[in-house]
Amino acid sequence: MSEILIYILTSFGAIFILLAGIGVLRMPDLYLRISVTTKAATLGIGLVLLSAGIYFNDSSITTRVLAIILFMFLTAPVGAHLIGRSSYFTGIQLWKKSLMDDLEGKYEKKTHVLQSDEKEVENPIATNKEDEIQKNP
Amino acid sequence: MNLYEFLYYIILPILSISAVLVFIRFLLGPSLSDRVVALDLLITIGIGIISIYSIVTNQPTFLDIAMILALIAFLGTVAFSYYLEKRKKNE
Repeated sequence: MSEILIYILTSFGAIFILLAGIGVLRMPDLYLRISVTTKAATLGIGLVLLSAGIYFNDSSITTRVLAIILFMFLTAPVGAHLIGRSSYFTGIQLWKKSLMDDLEGKYEKKTHVLQSDEKEVENPIATNKEDEIQKNP
Repeated sequence: MNLYEFLYYIILPILSISAVLVFIRFLLGPSLSDRVVALDLLITIGIGIISIYSIVTNQPTFLDIAMILALIAFLGTVAFSYYLEKRKKNE
């Protein structure tokens, strides 16, 4: 019974990790690559580690496996947010077909302070872009 | 086909192929942040390969190394993002 569970869990985990590898190679943009690494790879690794915990069937090893899974589920979003934030600050461009950039003109370039005031939204650059989008949908 | 042959001949090659794909992105990556993301994913795939090996060789001690690798991956990502931001600020 547990062997069938191990077959299923390792198959799905390997498929998700393979999808993450293909996505990292094929995605056109840094931010889309970050989203692939956070979701698909974390789910695949969780399934593979869970199959290892089922195979050994010992309470100490199961606790260790659950600790690794919990640690990865906690640290993957934090690391993805940190690397995405710093790469947005260093000026890496979005994909040219992406429709909107919510952070545009909302932070000061020297102090790296984010603001979400109404004044900052209505700066001339953003309104011009919105007009262009409305004229040429 | 028993469980060990299935893990050894099907699951491990799939994980190796995905590691090779990520390593191609690590070599290509146009910016430094792409390389950091690819390195993070490489270490994550390494954790999966270690856990499959611990099933095949029936040694649960390898899972400790997987835990340490997860720690090192997180610390590396945090340090790289911190110093990327610092470097841009000094220029």
